[in-house]
Amino acid sequence: MHPYLPHTQADIKAMLERCGVGSLDELYSCVPGELRLGRPYALPAQKSEPELARYFKTDIGDANKEMICFAGAGWYNHYCPAAVASLMSRSEFLTAYTPYQPEISQGTLQYIFEYQSMMCELTGMDVSNASMYDGATATAEAVVMAVNASKKRRRVLVSATLAPAVAQVVATYAAGARIILETIAEDDGVTSRKALEEMICAGDVAAVVVASPNYYGILEDFDGFADLCHEHKALFIINSHATTLSVLRTPGEWGADIACGEAQSLGMPMNYGGPGLGYLCCKRALMRKLPGRIVGATTDAAGRRSFVLTLQAREQHIRRQKATSNICSNQGIMTLHIAIYLSLMGAKGLQRVNRMSADAAHALAGRMTATGKVTMKYPGKHFLNEFAVETVAPLTADDMLGALARNGILGGVKLTENSVLVAATEMCSPEDIDRYISILNSL
Amino acid sequence: MNKELYSPLIFELSQEGRKGFSLPGYTYGETSYSLPAKLRRAEAPSLPEVDEPTVVRHYTNSSGNNFGVDSGFYPLGSCTMKYNPKINEAMVSTAGIAGLHPAQPAQSVQGALCVYRGLEKALCEIGGMAEFTLNPFAGAHGEYTGLMVIRAYHLDRADEARRRVLVPDSAHGTNPASAAMAGFEIVEVKSLPDGTVDVEDLKSKLDGTVAAVMMTNPNTVGMFEKNIPEISAAVHAAGALMYYDGANLNPMLGVARPGDMGFDVMHINLHKTFSTPHGGGGPGAGPVGVRAGLEKYLPSPRVVEASDGTLTVEDGEYAFGRVSAWLGNFSVLVKAWAYILSMGAENLALSGPLATLNANYIMNSLNDLYLQPIPSPCMHEFVFDGLKDKSGGVTTLHVAKALLDYGFHAPTIYFPLLFHESLMIEPTETENRQTLDAFIKVMREIAVDATNNPDKIKNAPYTTPISHPDEDEAALNPILTYRDLVQCQSNTTL
Repeated sequence: MHPYLPHTQADIKAMLERCGVGSLDELYSCVPGELRLGRPYALPAQKSEPELARYFKTDIGDANKEMICFAGAGWYNHYCPAAVASLMSRSEFLTAYTPYQPEISQGTLQYIFEYQSMMCELTGMDVSNASMYDGATATAEAVVMAVNASKKRRRVLVSATLAPAVAQVVATYAAGARIILETIAEDDGVTSRKALEEMICAGDVAAVVVASPNYYGILEDFDGFADLCHEHKALFIINSHATTLSVLRTPGEWGADIACGEAQSLGMPMNYGGPGLGYLCCKRALMRKLPGRIVGATTDAAGRRSFVLTLQAREQHIRRQKATSNICSNQGIMTLHIAIYLSLMGAKGLQRVNRMSADAAHALAGRMTATGKVTMKYPGKHFLNEFAVETVAPLTADDMLGALARNGILGGVKLTENSVLVAATEMCSPEDIDRYISILNSL
Repeated sequence: MNKELYSPLIFELSQEGRKGFSLPGYTYGETSYSLPAKLRRAEAPSLPEVDEPTVVRHYTNSSGNNFGVDSGFYPLGSCTMKYNPKINEAMVSTAGIAGLHPAQPAQSVQGALCVYRGLEKALCEIGGMAEFTLNPFAGAHGEYTGLMVIRAYHLDRADEARRRVLVPDSAHGTNPASAAMAGFEIVEVKSLPDGTVDVEDLKSKLDGTVAAVMMTNPNTVGMFEKNIPEISAAVHAAGALMYYDGANLNPMLGVARPGDMGFDVMHINLHKTFSTPHGGGGPGAGPVGVRAGLEKYLPSPRVVEASDGTLTVEDGEYAFGRVSAWLGNFSVLVKAWAYILSMGAENLALSGPLATLNANYIMNSLNDLYLQPIPSPCMHEFVFDGLKDKSGGVTTLHVAKALLDYGFHAPTIYFPLLFHESLMIEPTETENRQTLDAFIKVMREIAVDATNNPDKIKNAPYTTPISHPDEDEAALNPILTYRDLVQCQSNTTL
């Protein structure tokens, strides 16, 4: 048999007898013959554990090449304390189902409650759900939520400075929900205030979506945005990647109604793009419009503090097509990652991470431009750990990234033929930056 | 474990000045970047300050209040809580993906792309489909993705009238919710007393406004929809497409394929059929497969194979859009691929029938005490409509809670909605006969107590970390953060 298939022939025989059938096949008498597969799967044969390990080492692992990472674009290489992975691997957490039975799920429910509390601290919002899939779907759901909250309004204004992948997911969800999306033009790398004013005055706007840091890494100034939105009865949505929230003016302080974004930057391994986690937080007034699971505190019959899934009347298993969203499984245990990570890092650790990332990025930007090979794409704009450069002809983005890649460095993400988005984190050593600069100098 | 010291919220264990991180002391230049005041937050976030041993004890302690598949039997219907093999977890690190940035050049991530492609091809063979996208993050996300493929297909043919999706009344809640999110109007199809779809009712609702019919097969009462060829033919004749909800794919392993049943689009829950851990609610993965002719609508980004076998990542020209920033929950894909390879063709084909055997074995061992509303045999799961003897007033909820004291997870309860006292049991193939016998023994004891000593069952559970939490109070006065909790601590005992 097989390590995961415990049935012996004697078991099968005795169990079939109990069921009153003569063979396993007889249990499938309801499946018409013409639908039967009637042949073995054309799939690889069973691999033993040593063979599997060898395959994953040689065919997969050896065909992947880890690079010194100066790329971001919404996905960052940050440090994570070793205790996080160790605790997350506890199978009481990892192999549990959704905590629908609170009596035997207090472990899961408590860490989701801690996660919700921490995300509200970071965003300055009142309420957080128990996670969305990623920053892109969290933003898309924020838009759908805002339109549902507004009842009849269908227009949503999205800044051109939102990351393209996020904007595309938002556009996909909007198409399904028959939401009219319009792009607010950018002006020198930031959301054009003038364009926003004109568009919102035309009326019927349910929500305005902006980002800071935006796709180019620029920290935008949203002074007056919330008032403008609220004067026109539109909700104000801010997308940020989570790490920066510990130092930046919060969505709450900007007067946003909904805060959303990607939380992978909170020390999650890059894992070639997933899993990360989309956070979605809002003001208390919107609590019942929030999609997804929410954990609340209560007491049990003996007066003990207890945590339960709550406000479930919003959800698909109760409301079906009238639910706030179709989401069921979310990013589950990644909320545990965040709870442990933020417990260990604390505000001081996060501030240190942002300080080091910003210092590394600013040093890198200064030294890159000093080579004369690139210029800042948006000079004078504030940024933390990410910035855009333009290559000086004849150097192209491909030339620059190609040369760095040949030396094991992921030099950034190509924006256009002659511009590149570059990020730095506390994982970049001064020697890594020296190497980056010496390669750039050699071009 | 010391509950007093470590079980409060992590915020309550905070002591100013403690820390749990270890960062390098790099300096990058002479000056340090200074954030202007108007872009800075006024106060630091109020996060815990805790030393590493305290954090480790807090979460280790808290894990003791949880029940997972590794703790014991999880007979949760429609959830396929099979064993999560340990080698799958180990292979994520062996595969060397942890440090890969998703924007790396394709030639530096051929191993990762090879996992994606290998898993995609395997799912095509198992589903009887032409191509899969592995980008969707969960089952419901897969349903949404599949419905958007269907929407794109109809729009591409300029068939704009197809705004309705038919969904059986026994469907998972995500089906109608996903269809609504994709912009469709939902029309419910009735079930017959045996739990299968009423074919005549379905046919009467087919016309030029129907985009798709969503079905789960076996359905949510654990019955194979034997009229599926007739249904597929009628749906296709009406110009609509067939969508397969793969939540119940497990019993079909080795037996039949959705593609051969006439389904055009399907999703698979890797965290169900392909053994990846549920993680207390995620991350999962909901790959979507399509039959030949629909591939071009699958969402971007796609993993594409060049003629020399090199794999690249590209956006599709006719893709309906995008549902993820990158290529989905990638480490989950690695685990599922490790599972398929460690099972091999032969054992995968055996797991469906063994799951079905386990379900029938339990059903036949309990149907003298519990009400079986659907005829035998069942597939991988079955529904009881509560106890046969309901005179003691013991409900399905009571039975579910009583099981917790015996170290078993509760079955799925009050779903499907077809019966008042639904109690749905799915054992999966990874449970041995001794476990099933122990479960059967307990279920019988509970049934006997329900008649003779109903209060004993109604007041259960007795041994769990908490019992009978006040869920009404939680919803009435929501306390959703530590800040909320502190605020109301003055007048409650929380």
